[in-house]
Amino acid sequence: MTGRGTPLVEMRDISISFGGIKAVDHVSIDLYPGEVVGLLGHNGAGKSTLIKCLSGAYQADAGEIFINGDKATIRNPRDARAYNIETIYQTLALADNLDAASNLFLGRELITPLGMVDDARMEAETRKIMGRLNPNFRKFKEPVSALSGGQRQSVAIARAVYFNAKILIMDEPTAALGPHETQMVAELIQELKRQGLGIFLIEHDIHAVMDLCDRASVMKNGQLVGTVNVNEVTDDDILGMIILGKKPAKAA
Amino acid sequence: MSDPASHTHPEGRRGLIQILDIDTRLLGMVGAFVVICAAFQIWTGIRALPDFSWNPFAWIGAGRFLVPQNTFNIAVQTVSVAIMAAGMVFVIVTRHIDLSVGSLMALCSATMAVFQTEFMPKTLGLGLEHPLTAPLAVLLGILVGAAVGAFQGWLIGYQRIPSFIVTLGGLLIWSRVAYFVAGGQTIGPLDGTFLMLGGTNGTLGVGLSWALAAIAALGAGWALWSSRRAKLHHGFPVKPVWAEVTLIGIVVGLIAGFTAIINSNMVPPARLKRLFDARGEVMPEGYTEAYGIPISVLLLIIVALLLTVMALRTRLGRYIFATGGNPDAAELSGINTRLLTVKIFALMGGLCGLSAAVASARLSNHSLDIGTLDELRVIAAAVIGGTALAGGFGTVYGAILGALIMQSLQSGMAMVGVDAPFQNIVVGAVLVLAVWIDIQYRKRRGIKV
Repeated sequence: MTGRGTPLVEMRDISISFGGIKAVDHVSIDLYPGEVVGLLGHNGAGKSTLIKCLSGAYQADAGEIFINGDKATIRNPRDARAYNIETIYQTLALADNLDAASNLFLGRELITPLGMVDDARMEAETRKIMGRLNPNFRKFKEPVSALSGGQRQSVAIARAVYFNAKILIMDEPTAALGPHETQMVAELIQELKRQGLGIFLIEHDIHAVMDLCDRASVMKNGQLVGTVNVNEVTDDDILGMIILGKKPAKAA
Repeated sequence: MSDPASHTHPEGRRGLIQILDIDTRLLGMVGAFVVICAAFQIWTGIRALPDFSWNPFAWIGAGRFLVPQNTFNIAVQTVSVAIMAAGMVFVIVTRHIDLSVGSLMALCSATMAVFQTEFMPKTLGLGLEHPLTAPLAVLLGILVGAAVGAFQGWLIGYQRIPSFIVTLGGLLIWSRVAYFVAGGQTIGPLDGTFLMLGGTNGTLGVGLSWALAAIAALGAGWALWSSRRAKLHHGFPVKPVWAEVTLIGIVVGLIAGFTAIINSNMVPPARLKRLFDARGEVMPEGYTEAYGIPISVLLLIIVALLLTVMALRTRLGRYIFATGGNPDAAELSGINTRLLTVKIFALMGGLCGLSAAVASARLSNHSLDIGTLDELRVIAAAVIGGTALAGGFGTVYGAILGALIMQSLQSGMAMVGVDAPFQNIVVGAVLVLAVWIDIQYRKRRGIKV
């Protein structure tokens, strides 16, 4: 991986355990601008836990994180946002009782000169970005609990994209979606990649990984099995890494 | 402005309620309130008639429930619980509960009473009825309440002790602390200026009441109209002009109606005479005077306005509702939910202090049983007012309406001579019924909260 300049993100030797169980055990991964890195593994392999250290939801017990080559301290989601790291969680992390605009700007509300939240302006901005991401979206006044899975997903994606993320973490973004919406997310990932964002994609669907990712890092039982260039391996190689925890010989 | 789109609207025949964009839950509560008032008016009317009559208009005409004096009394009696219920909304919205409000209110009341009768006149030697006594006492009460509330909030938010346990402990602790602060006795009489917060001792009079009503009507009209302008500015859909004007008309009508009723509550002649005697004057023959809006009711209106603006227009309010809807999402959005918990309980405590001032001023002394069982009345008011115990939904005006409904029920039952134990049975049943209706309503409307 040398000769590509400074990585956007470098997570070095990250460890985190919960009550004696090593959820993540000395794992190192990195991400370059304009690159999609897939994170794969069984349920409980530690992918989500590892990535939550980057998004600020968890704090690593050991290890270091570098953003653009500088050591970064990420203690909570606010710190992560300050580094332009945006996360789309598997659970979407939406407040069901609030409307799309309130969710999109949650924690970063637009305010009027008097310090009041500016709902009208936030709704206008939401209409703008949704017009770009999901032109069929109409339910701006309803609480997001009234939205379909795909509509909720587009709110979560809009939230990540709106604030000029440099680093995007997507935790199974298509898990709840139909084929049409899945295609929409795939196109969005390509588009964001062209804009130079770095994307960590946690994904179970091996075909999606082969289509969308440049590299894939596979985890098993909290440890990193290995990282491969997707165009140098077959999907069977990756499946082997996931199931057997062995790195294919030719990509070693 | 005519809106061509509204004529070709696919759901062209929308109901009046939808066009006016009125909260149907609010409408339901107002409906329940009207039914309760009408029922007691008729009941008291039938009892008041010397001979039984089959004429319903005679019943209503003879009723004693909706007369200005009783309306005034119910308004004054509602304030203390309503102030706390307004704060309880935010506690329940964030999926917490506060069982300590009655006890905390007693502690604030005891502190204020000791401050007025011991500390200011004796320790500081300023004597009774010093002009600073009342404002400082109220400030002290609010501060004590907020400090205790913040401490409980810290235990809940930072130490992760469930709010039910922390405030159950508080319920037992603060009432006993209040007992020791007051030295185990009723403290009174309280400062004269302080008593103005209580109700009959502090009213605005007819002129000021109408002036206030005019300001309120103008303010409400302006608020509705400017929100319409903001929507138009961004090109969002708005109600037709006639609907907007009708809505403003309803609001102005309600303000004027309430003020008219309250303003027709006359001060009893004997009391007027005492007032004139106290000033060394002679009351002119045939002199009458109305109370006007009580200061305590004005206080409640101000609290309700401030808290509603906080809920809908500030970040703090937005974070409270987000945390109630999904605590994890709020945390992941960078909201400091622990500090938020401290703030909410501090606010609740501060409102307990304010409520204590109103309650002890109304009773004109600090009594040992002040605040007893108020936690249940407050929670019931908030829940009847549509606050969801699952979190994420509730309104300040709903909670105040809930407090008003409960107080009306209790006053009405007392007026028609329902025994005290049976009153509690009815209030308990109404509480459960209100929540059941709310659940059915949500089911029908497909609201998942």
